[in-house]
Amino acid sequence: LSVPSEIPKEDGRPKWDNKFQYILSCIGFAVGLGNVWRFPYLCQIHGGGAFLIPYFIALVFEGIPLLHLELALGQCLRKGSIGAWNTISPYLGGVGVASWMVSVLVSLYYNTVLTWVMWYFVNSFQEPLPWSVCPLNENRTGLNEECYESTAVNYFWYRKTLNITPDVTESGTLQWWLILCLATCWAIVYLCTIRGIETTGKAIYVTAICPYLVLTIFLIQGLTLPGATEGLAYLFTPNLSTLKNPRVWLDAATQIFFSLSLSFGGLIAFSSYNPPKNDCEKDAVTVAIVNSVTSLYASIPVFSVLGFKATTGYWDCLDRNIISITNEFDLPEESIMRQNYTAWIRFLNSSHPKKIAGLKLKSCDLQEFLDQSVSGTGLAFIVFTQAIILMPGAQAWAILFFIMLFSLGLSSMFGNIEGVFTPLLELRIISKSIPKELLSGIICLICFLFALCFTLGSGSYWIDIFDSYAGSLPLLVIAFFEVIGVAYVYKIKRFSKDVKWMTGRKPNLYWQITWRFISPLLLLIVFVAFVTLQIQKPSSYAAWNPKYEDFPMKEKKVYPPWVLAICVLLAVLPCVFVPLVALFHLIKRTRRNKDSSFVPPEVFSCQGANS
Amino acid sequence: MLRVLLLTLSVVAIACAELCKPGAQNAFKVRLSIKTALGDNAYAWDANEEYLFKAMVAFAMRRYSSKSTTQISNVLLCNVTDRVSFWFVVTDSSKNVTTVPESEVEAAIRMNRNRINSAFLLSDKTLQFLKITSTLSPPAEPSTPVWLIVFGVVLCLIVAGIIFLIVAGIQQRKKKSKESTERENLEEKGEVTVTVENGIPCETLDLKAGHINGVFAADDERFTSL
Repeated sequence: LSVPSEIPKEDGRPKWDNKFQYILSCIGFAVGLGNVWRFPYLCQIHGGGAFLIPYFIALVFEGIPLLHLELALGQCLRKGSIGAWNTISPYLGGVGVASWMVSVLVSLYYNTVLTWVMWYFVNSFQEPLPWSVCPLNENRTGLNEECYESTAVNYFWYRKTLNITPDVTESGTLQWWLILCLATCWAIVYLCTIRGIETTGKAIYVTAICPYLVLTIFLIQGLTLPGATEGLAYLFTPNLSTLKNPRVWLDAATQIFFSLSLSFGGLIAFSSYNPPKNDCEKDAVTVAIVNSVTSLYASIPVFSVLGFKATTGYWDCLDRNIISITNEFDLPEESIMRQNYTAWIRFLNSSHPKKIAGLKLKSCDLQEFLDQSVSGTGLAFIVFTQAIILMPGAQAWAILFFIMLFSLGLSSMFGNIEGVFTPLLELRIISKSIPKELLSGIICLICFLFALCFTLGSGSYWIDIFDSYAGSLPLLVIAFFEVIGVAYVYKIKRFSKDVKWMTGRKPNLYWQITWRFISPLLLLIVFVAFVTLQIQKPSSYAAWNPKYEDFPMKEKKVYPPWVLAICVLLAVLPCVFVPLVALFHLIKRTRRNKDSSFVPPEVFSCQGANS
Repeated sequence: MLRVLLLTLSVVAIACAELCKPGAQNAFKVRLSIKTALGDNAYAWDANEEYLFKAMVAFAMRRYSSKSTTQISNVLLCNVTDRVSFWFVVTDSSKNVTTVPESEVEAAIRMNRNRINSAFLLSDKTLQFLKITSTLSPPAEPSTPVWLIVFGVVLCLIVAGIIFLIVAGIQQRKKKSKESTERENLEEKGEVTVTVENGIPCETLDLKAGHINGVFAADDERFTSL
């Protein structure tokens, strides 16, 4: 290991070591946990292969134009989100502040998801895997009751990991094991972002490439599992009638938008470290396409494994029925096999219907098992871990799987932290004498202390709240103002000239039309539809309550008013900066107009930014 | 004489039939799953295996209560099915033709369960006594939880990395400030006439390490052509 050498700086700004690091960082930021646990789920519930149609339309008309806009903006202005928007127009400075605020809020809870991944990772080194067996109860007469009534996997997730409380208002206690893992995760983030992109750029080689390797290994393993073809057929069989449901189009648009990690300010920060003459158009198209292809690529092993799990569940159901019948009728062993099960059932139903009815056999239907769709943390920590237990060499698969999830999340965290870090570095409030290491340390420490709230018993309910309210609505608002700001305040003609200076060719008709009309319109429609849907359904959550009468089903509860107030606050707080800053500058300007010695600010241009 | 013998035998046979039947008092149902346990090495259940079973039960009764004098003939099997399942009772030869209470039999079998299992190469799951539940073995708990060890390793590596990077950064900064103070000292002493342009010595500008100011070098169109 050698001491990192002095990074060559033209205007005092750090640079990427090479173009590949920059592209890899953008891809790592965009490709995150959602590509693995949200896209396959959406594909499944929205008609399989048919979902790809609205998905690609949204990619072409919403994803790629917005991505190109952000990358070009950062590269031209060479500042983080706050500085960039202040430069475009002081009235739009609020957009930058809103981006920064959202990055802060998301950084707080995103690392807690990585904490859970790390906890599962360190627990994967045991034989047998701790989520495969139920522990005994206190007097050793049987299995633990909560575990017995649900499953061992559920018990390990809800009790041993989260130690979840039955209600969001009951905070419970801090879970010391989660605090340890949280501290480790923040230490890892600090280690990788300690000097900004100088250290992130080196770490990204590992964290961005590792998931692809592991996905390929899982792909090969998944395709050899029994039942994989059923899962894949189920996933990809197109059902074009679902396209009539507007919900499908909304989900496609929001998925593209959130998947590309737009409006966080992280992409602006990344591209601001580029040399000014860089082809941002090609970069944008590359990153967007790689992100979508990764989603598709990830859904293949996910659905092979889910198909395997459904098939094993179906076989277990059949086997249990076969044992009951064999025992009841005292038939010789292995006389009823899975293949002739239906024939036997028919025969026995006709000869001894009362006995068969008395056995209370469960109806085993493979479709029913395949229909059990899960997304999000449920997919990773419950369904997938259950499937891993059934694979030979379960420890190795568990370790690989959690390493992959950790790298996916970590590379997205880099983008979030960069979106917080870069604007702070440029603020004149932070004096130049504070070393970068100290600033990143302070950011990580403050985030760690806040994130301790999520290690309480009710932590996972709060993370759901943050994810649904802080990580969704403000982003749409910010993106809308971004496009409007560049298209109508900065003016597209000027922007096209800047892009031509950077890339060497004028943006063609596709970019002009999408930036001016299609993207803002699409964003407005998506925003209105999103808000309408959110308002329509009553804000409820599903609580894990062992004392619930229908346990292990989750209990549906409603958020109390104070929690709803926090939800609204989270959604509104970043957005409110946009009008606030504009108002502030308007007041300043009217006051300055009264003062006669008023010098109008210089007209900004991209070429002049580098002097 | 022969008639009396025949009569006694038939009475005994009928009594045996009375004692051992499905659902009789103090009778137990046993179920074996030999093919599930042994696969290709499964043996067939025949009269010899039944004899072994009777012997094992008698052995269990003897071992449980030392004053027990259970003989193989005291264990009665009936209703053997293809499943391989059957019922058995243990009779008490000291009292006339009664069966040993089921609590005693249960306790005896519980005590010797693993001996009985291993005689038949089976386990608690594949040799089931339907009324007797098996005691669960406690899970093996290692002294230090494994996850703490892995966690400790990961944490140590990360802390080492952070300390290394911070120390390297401090060293770099010290080197830079030392270089700049050295240059200042040289200029003060006037020993080395270093021609300086904007704080950068001219020698470095001559070499490739010089910086080109993009604003002036970029556009030739800015300058009006002669």
